[in-house]
Amino acid sequence: MRLVVDLNRCQGYAQCAFLAPDVFTLHGHEALRYTPYADDSRREQVARAVAACPVGAILLDDLPENLPDDVAGDGAGGPADGLHAAGPGVG
Amino acid sequence: MSAERGGGGEGDGSLERLRRDGRIVIVGASLAGLRAAETLREQGFTGSLTLIGDEPEPPYDRPPLSKQVLLGTVDADRTTLPRRRAIGARWRLGTAATGLDLAARRVRLAGGEEVPYDRLLIATGVRARPWPHPAEADLDGVFTLRTGRDAARLRRRLAAGPRRVLVIGGGFMGSEIASACRELGLPVTVVERGPAPLVGALGGVIGQVAAELQRAHGVDLRCSVMVTGLEGDAAGRLRRAHLSDGTALEVDLAVVALGAVRNTEWLAGSGLGAGPRGVACDAGCRAFDVRGLVTDDVFVAGDVARTPHPLFGYQFLSLEHWGNAVAQAEVAAHNMVSPGPDRRPHLWIPAFWSAQFGVNIKSVGVPTMGEELLIAQGSLAERSFTGVYGYQGRVIAAVTFDQTNWLDFYRRQIETAAPFPPVCRTVDRRPDGLRPVPADFPDPSLPTHGPTVTLSGYSPTDRRIVFTPARG
Ligand SMILES: Cc1cc2nc3c(=O)[nH]c(=O)nc-3n(C[C@H](O)[C@H](O)[C@H](O)COP(=O)(O)OP(=O)(O)OC[C@H]3O[C@@H](n4cnc5c(N)ncnc54)[C@H](O)[C@@H]3O)c2cc1C
Repeated sequence: MRLVVDLNRCQGYAQCAFLAPDVFTLHGHEALRYTPYADDSRREQVARAVAACPVGAILLDDLPENLPDDVAGDGAGGPADGLHAAGPGVG
Repeated sequence: MSAERGGGGEGDGSLERLRRDGRIVIVGASLAGLRAAETLREQGFTGSLTLIGDEPEPPYDRPPLSKQVLLGTVDADRTTLPRRRAIGARWRLGTAATGLDLAARRVRLAGGEEVPYDRLLIATGVRARPWPHPAEADLDGVFTLRTGRDAARLRRRLAAGPRRVLVIGGGFMGSEIASACRELGLPVTVVERGPAPLVGALGGVIGQVAAELQRAHGVDLRCSVMVTGLEGDAAGRLRRAHLSDGTALEVDLAVVALGAVRNTEWLAGSGLGAGPRGVACDAGCRAFDVRGLVTDDVFVAGDVARTPHPLFGYQFLSLEHWGNAVAQAEVAAHNMVSPGPDRRPHLWIPAFWSAQFGVNIKSVGVPTMGEELLIAQGSLAERSFTGVYGYQGRVIAAVTFDQTNWLDFYRRQIETAAPFPPVCRTVDRRPDGLRPVPADFPDPSLPTHGPTVTLSGYSPTDRRIVFTPARG
């Protein structure tokens, strides 16, 4: 699972740090530090943290990894963890 | 197949054709490029989408590189950006764009291939400004920090326990690197040309607080001093740095944090208004050509863009901020596939954060425009405060040290051009906050390193004027 926190939006409510302490921690009074990659065993914890964030600052993606390019048949080094051939509107 | 030029071509159905099966090419596959691609799909674009990026990795997040990655709590290759949705794109990663033919609407790739487009988004960002002496920059032990690979290399050297780290430049990047070094227990010297760290971005009053913060954490901070030379040993390893005050430092690791250079070289001679200061665009993210005319099929977003902002006197802002890249990408993508009347201006209020020495520093607005500063809440001595910047009698920016909850209030003050000094009777003011003081920015005519916000009027004097044939 990949995640990113919009730290402009983050207000340091620390809900995430309570709900998923292995992934989110507060450093000092209000600086949030997090692991941008969490393994699957943390899925539930992290999902709870995402839901609990009062400012909706956490973006988590659950899209599959290690799949071929978004669009099949196009050469030149697609992302190793890119997404499957997905038409617009999918996902 | 391809949309007509001009106004999105609404009326004759060409915009509908573009949205259905047009070709959109995005150059620069990082934060702005990815968020734009997602927004295009969200907006119903079903045509072909190509992302061209010279880095081999899929889009990843950079802010952790100077923080968690240097500390060793996150691996450099583990900051891949989450996706908001699948985008069904052709990815051309590890491939640089080397040229643009505006008339023929083609992007040239390294290797000679050309990629045609109906709409183009330029999101090529910036790169670290290298140490100006190439032979010294090549010494083993001299680093810059912009990419995941830079961060991985630097992390390895920090973990190996250097005798002393020299950080050249006390802007946000340099300060965060110094903070990580201290947290790792490494001796670190910061050399800053200005009178204090962060002075270019936040002014001298706040810079003084940053200086005390660094010293309290054991940084050997040298201000109003420049590094004049880096010296290697016979094997080409860095061993010493020479400073403008005549002293020398024994160091085996130096990080050059002197700001950034915009990635616009690939646009040289294209006829676009692109140069060392970025690619100029209108508030709707449409690029200007060298004549100062706005294009209608070439858009710009992120660190490489310069955009006029109505709230800040229509000055062209170059914002090297994460939040700007996201917001501008969304506006650019929306406008790329929308008819004229539905287009939106990029009216985002500049905002950024930086975490250093355990303090959460955040800002909104454009502090560098500030003439005066009022400490409206908290106190400088406690390093927990809200500083409000005033410009011509209105609130123009705010900065917080560990007081993020105040920032939203001042963002609204900025949006509504609220009077400065702000009246806020419900809150007790500390002695710091009784009257405004000069914000104390360095004289802009003197060189400083890498403020994160730079203001400039639009003048293409730094560019060669090249007339491209009229397009039809
Ligand atoms: C170490 C670090 C820490 C940061 N910390 C913060 C922070 O705490 N807060 C904050 O607000 N911001 C921070 N930032 C800034 C933030 O990361 C940037 O604003 C953001 O990355 C901008 O995104 P972008 O997509 O516009 O540009 P970039 O991320 O620079 O991406 C541009 C991409 O285009 C590629 N490219 C360039 N030229 C070409 C070409 N000719 N052809 C193909 N591809 C090309 C580049 O290689 C790159 O992959 C930090 C940046 C760094 C480096």
